Amino acid sequence: MTTADTVPLDPQQVRQDFPILHRLVHEKFPLVYLDNAATTQRPRQVIQSIVQTSEQHYANVHRGIHTLSEQSTELYESARRKVQQFLNAAWPEEIIFTRGTTESINLVARSWGDANTGPGDEILLTEMEHHANLVPWHQLAARTGVQLRFIPLRDDGQLDLEQLERLLSPRTRLVAVSAMSNVLGTVPPLERIVQAARSAGALVLVDAAQWVPHRPTDVQAWDADFVAFSGHKMLGPSGVGVLYGRRELLERMPPFLGGGGMIRRVTLQGFEPAEIPARFEAGTPPIVAAIGLGVAIDYLRQFSWEDIQAHELRLTRLAHELLEQIPGLRILGPAPENKGGIVSFVFRRIHAHDVAYLLDRHGVAVRAGHHCAMPLHKRYGVGASTRASFYLYNTEEEVHRLAEALDQVRQFFRQ
Amino acid sequence: MFSGPEEEIYQEHILEHYEDPYHRGHCPRATHAHEEDNPLCGDFIHVELHIDPQGVVREAYFDGEGCCISQAAASMLMEQIEGKTVQEVEQFRAEDMLRLFGVRLTPNRQKCCLLSWKVVQQALYSPLQQKDRDGSAARRSPGQDASSAPSPAPEPPTKDAP
Repeated sequence: MTTADTVPLDPQQVRQDFPILHRLVHEKFPLVYLDNAATTQRPRQVIQSIVQTSEQHYANVHRGIHTLSEQSTELYESARRKVQQFLNAAWPEEIIFTRGTTESINLVARSWGDANTGPGDEILLTEMEHHANLVPWHQLAARTGVQLRFIPLRDDGQLDLEQLERLLSPRTRLVAVSAMSNVLGTVPPLERIVQAARSAGALVLVDAAQWVPHRPTDVQAWDADFVAFSGHKMLGPSGVGVLYGRRELLERMPPFLGGGGMIRRVTLQGFEPAEIPARFEAGTPPIVAAIGLGVAIDYLRQFSWEDIQAHELRLTRLAHELLEQIPGLRILGPAPENKGGIVSFVFRRIHAHDVAYLLDRHGVAVRAGHHCAMPLHKRYGVGASTRASFYLYNTEEEVHRLAEALDQVRQFFRQ
Repeated sequence: MFSGPEEEIYQEHILEHYEDPYHRGHCPRATHAHEEDNPLCGDFIHVELHIDPQGVVREAYFDGEGCCISQAAASMLMEQIEGKTVQEVEQFRAEDMLRLFGVRLTPNRQKCCLLSWKVVQQALYSPLQQKDRDGSAARRSPGQDASSAPSPAPEPPTKDAP
């Protein structure tokens, strides 16, 4: 399905925009890039933006009076407005450029967390969180004494939301939850979680690193207080990410990092912080990367979300169908219809690193390990898993190549 | 079947150690034991040694979980150190371990290969207490702090191999 202002998604056509997808691995195998949940590749348009900014417009932002600084500032601020529209945020000032999801969440933990939590307070997380939405809260707990609680995972890879009301209380200050698990692909019902959090008087932070690249995001419809994601998982450059925060909250939060750009006035005795968003963008920001992220957003918006989601579901279904036929292989998490384009699996008696190594020898790039989610792996009693993750440029032929290579891994280890 | 450069790493002698390891299990007369994991990939290796009063490693056993490289390397190392003095095992450096393995490894996979070597270096300084020796050597859970070993153990040489 496409709307008037989008073009139909044709993966073969899309691939023409991605130079790296045409390279060979080990000199003879065409690259099969299935590590998109870790980071995605960049289209020519984004690469050209990096080159063009660097060759034509680059200077520091918000500082110089000269032509280049004016141009850089305009490009940087127009990227902020693109992100605002992309997320349907009410104000451009609600968009903070950070280095990535990790920094975005750390910003909230440091700034909001230090000022608003203490002993007797609780933060509710889930058992499926990425370390980026776990460790900053552990650190906060060590600083302020706030207690962490966790919504457990069920055996089927879904959150046990029966526990939600029991875990929420007037002590809950914040619910921080992933919109899509980076290991299982699980997509929890955000609406229900936000509603329950609101009833308990808690704020909501959404780790949307895996969601924003693949599904439509409307921060106002979500009614979320904070939303964090990265540019590099959505066709953009690495080194830039976003924190969306509700204006009333951001305006009351103290600065995170201190330095240039985040102040209104500095004296030897102290400083007065700047207004948002500058208050949270200390130092020279990732100028070229943020502009590139704006171009990645333009690129994605050519297509309809329905097309992207349908394409990823087709690939995920095919992967389940083919992989389930391989003896000794077990897929973790929900059925394709109930998750994003992520397929994590374990082999009985073959370690994930051996699997990933042998797949690479056939040009198939996957992730192996705990994917920065050690508690999740412990929950399912596995030390490490192998993960294939899809995006709009992957093809059914690539899923077949994954399955064929996996069957050869099995034979190689005589399973 | 794979035919090509993967044999650089999964050579027959490595697969043989992986599938039919040397001394996987408990050392019946263990005097020393140590265990460590590599949290990055979930590998862990437990080593039990019988060191006689003359300071000779009479028997070496390992147990563990992990990739082909980590488990095959442990098997090779058990074979290598039996009959050697504690001093000789100490002098067996990371470079020697990588040479024993016999296949060029990328830096990431070198960590897999060197896990059992690190555990052995610590085990030399981790005598079991008498009550542990009477039963089987008590196995500690992976991830437990190495500093809780029965006696203070110096850090193993950390110099990385080339």
